[in-house]
Amino acid sequence: MSLVIENLSAAVDGKPILNGITLAIPAGEIHAVMGPNGSGKSTLSYVLAGRDGYEVTGGAATFEGRDILAMEPEERAAAGLFLAFQYPVELPGVGNALFLRTALNAIRKHRGEPELDAMQFLKVARERMRTLNMTDEMLRRGVNVGFSGGEKKRNEVLQMALLQPRLAILDETDSGLDIDALKIVADGVNALRGPSFSALVITHYQRLLNYIVPDRVHVLLDGRIATSGGPELAQRLEAEGYATIQAEAA
Amino acid sequence: MPAVTETLETVQSVTDSGYKWGFETDIEMEFAPKGLNEDIVRFISAKKNEPAWLLEWRLKAYALWQKMEEPTWAAVKYPPIDYQDAYYYAAPVQKVKPKSLDEVDPELLRTYAKLGIPLKEQAILAGVEGAGDSPSDSGRMPIAVDAVFDSVSVATSYKERLAKEGIIFCAISEAVQEYPDLVRQYLGTVVPQGDNFYAALNSAVFTDGSFVYIPKGVRCPMELSTYFRINAKSTGQFERTLIIAEEGSHVSYLEGCTAPMRDENQLHAAVVELVALDDATIKYSTVQNWYPGDAEGRGGIYNFVTKRAQCRGRRSKVSWTQVETGSAITWKYPSCVLLGDDSVGEFYSVAITNNWQQADTGTKMIHVGKRTSSTIVSKGISAGQGQNTYRGLVRVAPTASGARNFTQCDSLLIGDRCGAHTVPYIENRCMTAKVEHEATTSRIAEDQLFYCRQRGLTQEDAVGLIVNGFCREVLKELPMEFAVEAQKLLQISLEGSVG
Repeated sequence: MSLVIENLSAAVDGKPILNGITLAIPAGEIHAVMGPNGSGKSTLSYVLAGRDGYEVTGGAATFEGRDILAMEPEERAAAGLFLAFQYPVELPGVGNALFLRTALNAIRKHRGEPELDAMQFLKVARERMRTLNMTDEMLRRGVNVGFSGGEKKRNEVLQMALLQPRLAILDETDSGLDIDALKIVADGVNALRGPSFSALVITHYQRLLNYIVPDRVHVLLDGRIATSGGPELAQRLEAEGYATIQAEAA
Repeated sequence: MPAVTETLETVQSVTDSGYKWGFETDIEMEFAPKGLNEDIVRFISAKKNEPAWLLEWRLKAYALWQKMEEPTWAAVKYPPIDYQDAYYYAAPVQKVKPKSLDEVDPELLRTYAKLGIPLKEQAILAGVEGAGDSPSDSGRMPIAVDAVFDSVSVATSYKERLAKEGIIFCAISEAVQEYPDLVRQYLGTVVPQGDNFYAALNSAVFTDGSFVYIPKGVRCPMELSTYFRINAKSTGQFERTLIIAEEGSHVSYLEGCTAPMRDENQLHAAVVELVALDDATIKYSTVQNWYPGDAEGRGGIYNFVTKRAQCRGRRSKVSWTQVETGSAITWKYPSCVLLGDDSVGEFYSVAITNNWQQADTGTKMIHVGKRTSSTIVSKGISAGQGQNTYRGLVRVAPTASGARNFTQCDSLLIGDRCGAHTVPYIENRCMTAKVEHEATTSRIAEDQLFYCRQRGLTQEDAVGLIVNGFCREVLKELPMEFAVEAQKLLQISLEGSVG
């Protein structure tokens, strides 16, 4: 098993958001979590990544058998957990190349691999960028500063491609993307697919799932998994909306 | 958040012992009697075998100082300083010139090694005969170094090579002996003896410092660097640096400073004078890392420094770059008096105050010549209980038609117990001048830290990265080797500031 979430509850500013989520992703599988606004999708991703202010009030979550909730955010990253942000953060004055290399070396250090110098890094980065149809220009700019929405998301995918996580959580990475950018995101995830890679794709819409075909689809309503199914569940949601599921769940 | 508390504790233990330059060198020293009076001034002058005019010059400064009062306008707080309770002269005992490194006091060598000065330069600094004649190791760009240990310059490297270009780079005490006319012509012409309380004190008791003279049309082929070190206990350091760039010359000068960790406060009151003639350029970079005191605010250096440049020539340019990470208190305003038409003044500054450090620093840009221009970029970072004030004056005289100034002051706050203050003074008496001022205050945002940590960076590394990004405009002005050092220093200085 890659990710196992059991009866997980969490609160923000004392307000309960997640109300007992249970979910398991076997290694090698990609699961989608869909849900309307306010259902707790982003909270789930932040709780799993360990953001301050997201208080776990009950339940457990393990990643490859390790209790991730007890770990610092950077330890979770080192263990192979990657969160593609819904709103990637700007770091003024910090060069993208320096940031990516620092991040990659931090992860490599944890894995016991030698750190890469600037030249070695550039070689690796360029290889990955070629497969993602990105240009060097991306490396020369500040981290997400002055990036368009699409560029920010592509930068997230580039980071994911470089860091080679074992579990990727995509928090509405598709929101605000045109079809070309959507394909790049999907290609980035699909390129990592393999027996030791799992992903949790959080999305509001079904269209990303045309490109990243999930093994399972879970519907999140009011901080709980209301129903689960195969890829066809996403199709059904697209056609009928969340209201039907809501009614069924009630 | 237990994790955060733990980080804080780890970091505190690091901060308490984190000043790696805090060692003391056990070396035979010679002191003047404690305290300050005319006899001490005479003692220092006699020790340096100075000509009568310089002794008179010092005594005049001492007389002025006695009538002056310590300035109180800066936003810094400290108990009264007892100027009689300090040594004004301390020097390693000079022995005969060593023939090889084996004969050099090993303690002195060990000190240089700990300070990160390469062996080749160590040999030169230790005064080993002939050590400066061959090129530096590993094809590295050599840096000429002057090392000032408490009150004396212990040695200067690459002197012969520089002399071939007609460049003089030596201790100011040596310049007084060797080039008295040059010293007499320029000393005190930028910062007069009575300029301010600390400058007057310095003028009376200054013990050493560097002297640089770049002849007409010469581009100095290497970075010149002075390393200041306060070692002795209860000793003030009063160095005096004088740099003269003749017509069309160019020089880049670096200074670095450290001191042992002590519970007492030690005074460092330096004066730096720069003179740039027609088409000359002086680039002056400082990485100031005096001992800042411990996490409770005990000890640390009082860094009360007067630095000023005169752009006397047309199209002359002076650029100050400073990274101020150390000192308990910093009181420092490297300034440019832009006399020559079309002359240019620049000030790039990063000042960090962590724990109980206080900094009141900035610049003065005095526009006198036509079409003079100045740029001020100040980055203040406050953490812990640190208080950081930018104080800057832009004055445009009626004569400075077409003058321009651009000022940017950015403050970054880390935590909620520190303070950032911006005090810009703008005095424009010229209708055609253009003066711009921009200021921002920001915090390291929680989402920035989380973003970095999610990518595997530790909290400390994340802070370091974000702060370095914040300071990038200033750091890129530093010479390459210094820039790397400065980046590391910024991170070390801020350890433990987030939690």
